[in-house]
Amino acid sequence: MTTATLPPDVVSDAPPGGRLHWAIADAVTVTWRNLISYTRIPDAIFFSSVQPIMFVLLFRYVFGGAISVPGVPYVDYLMAGIFVQTVMFGAVSTSVGLSEDLQKGLIERFRALPMARSAVLAGRTTADVVRNVGVVIIITIVGYAVGFRILTNVFEFIAALLLILFFAYALSWGFAIIGLTASNSETAQLMAFPILFPLTFASSAFVPVTTMPGWLQAFAKNQPVSQVIDASRQLMLGGKSPLWSTSNIYWALAWTVGLLVVLAPLAVRKYRRTG
Amino acid sequence: MADSVAVEAHDLVKVFAKGNVRALDGVSLEVARGTVLGLLGPNGAGKTTAVRILSTILPPDSGHAAVFGHDVVKEADTVRRLIGLAGQYATVDENLTGRENIKMVGRLTHISRKEVARRADALLAQFELTDAANRTLKTYSGGMRRRLDLAAALVGQPPVLFLDEPTTGLDPQSRQDLWMVIEKLVKGGTTVLLTTQYLEEADRLADQIVVVDHGKVIAQGTSAELKADLGTTVISVNLADAEGATLAAELLVGITAKAPVLEGSTIELTVEEGPRVAAEVLRTLDQHQVTVAGLTLREPSLDDVFLSLTGHRAEIDDVGGDEESPPSASERKKAR
Repeated sequence: MTTATLPPDVVSDAPPGGRLHWAIADAVTVTWRNLISYTRIPDAIFFSSVQPIMFVLLFRYVFGGAISVPGVPYVDYLMAGIFVQTVMFGAVSTSVGLSEDLQKGLIERFRALPMARSAVLAGRTTADVVRNVGVVIIITIVGYAVGFRILTNVFEFIAALLLILFFAYALSWGFAIIGLTASNSETAQLMAFPILFPLTFASSAFVPVTTMPGWLQAFAKNQPVSQVIDASRQLMLGGKSPLWSTSNIYWALAWTVGLLVVLAPLAVRKYRRTG
Repeated sequence: MADSVAVEAHDLVKVFAKGNVRALDGVSLEVARGTVLGLLGPNGAGKTTAVRILSTILPPDSGHAAVFGHDVVKEADTVRRLIGLAGQYATVDENLTGRENIKMVGRLTHISRKEVARRADALLAQFELTDAANRTLKTYSGGMRRRLDLAAALVGQPPVLFLDEPTTGLDPQSRQDLWMVIEKLVKGGTTVLLTTQYLEEADRLADQIVVVDHGKVIAQGTSAELKADLGTTVISVNLADAEGATLAAELLVGITAKAPVLEGSTIELTVEEGPRVAAEVLRTLDQHQVTVAGLTLREPSLDDVFLSLTGHRAEIDDVGGDEESPPSASERKKAR
């Protein structure tokens, strides 16, 4: 059948741009929607910033005195861990947000629109990156207030933050899979934590892994979260301690790219199959 | 395919693995261009599943469907530019304002920013939502949400509109308002397929009615045709007890073409000439000294259609969480 039988106004609605153009435009629209949605719940923004601040204060002033790190003051050691831990916990919102959209039928509506199939996930993960930019700025300010100092230079510090944001972006595709799998947003949240906890705490985030038993050390030293944290330390603090080195940066990048390459297609596949 | 057919479905089958439910078991239908088809059935009949397949959300297990000749599976993207979908649960973003919701759908339908803004203003005015345009949906009433949902579905100016239970759960006034809006759209040339559990709604809006139950089409025709089959009035006779009702039911056999339906201490007869038959019923029962506790005449409801077509009442039978969840009994009553 030809388009001649279609009402004329429909034909003119055919997308003039290419596929990629619309894939990007749609992702931008969904990102815009997610960010607006986010700003409409100011108390959620407030309380999600309180949690990382509490962690900074807890480790800086309560546990910090008991932890010794060779080469740098504990507060300097701590902050890279806090940055990564915060963006990781924030990734839960990818799961919860997607799960809510599914539950409320919004994704059904999206499926009946001529929009790019990739836009729902791309828009969600991009919005979370934008939000994380805000989060790392807040943590930087709090860190400075409690005595954290950059021991290298601003450019390397920014490079560290970019690495952390990139890592969070890769992870959010994994959390998108959880959001698409869980039957509701509460379950999504419960499913995310057993993954987050071992990765965050069995890592070099708060204590040097050398203090852990051998079997745990093997995991803690090599898992991606520790690599990203130690790479950030190399960038923020330089080679002040034998606990990290420039090789962590390569490992961190390799892990992040690897995770993204594996998780993003899996999430897209899951999305296509979710009815 | 004839050019006059806007939407067609042939032998659609859909089985949900969860609970092994045959949501659709060979449904076929056709909607002529510019007309309204009412898909009538109780919860779990497969109405929502049919709409999801027709609107490209869900692929059928077998059979095929097309909108203006475009296959809903193979040419899904073309179909999506031809349709608008408004759901039973207004599928809008609660945290966005009315205008933002329309803009979002418009942008995702690939209409230019300027044009979306223009259409958003027009639609908000048309649906009397201009005053609420910049408020988040959280502050909207149920009727306002449905209107906004419909407005958003129309931003792409689709020639075909799918409305999945557009008025379920609405108060009578809001239903009337929405009916008027739908009628106006149809006058403008839009083809509409709507699902409903209310005979009254199908009666008011639909040119053709397809009745579905357990995933199968059990009757179709115009409202008048269906009613002619059914009878126009239901006589409900209340007896003192079940025993009296059984006796009375026996006495009333032969008065009407269809056998009286006995339920507890109530007998129901579906007839053409309500008042005349009612008088005859009372006379007969009086002659045999059966005491009548009460007698009412009413228009046939969907329940009666079902009772007549299937021999069972339109029971609530939720399909594995996929179908709409049933509205509460009070909601259904209120809406009637």
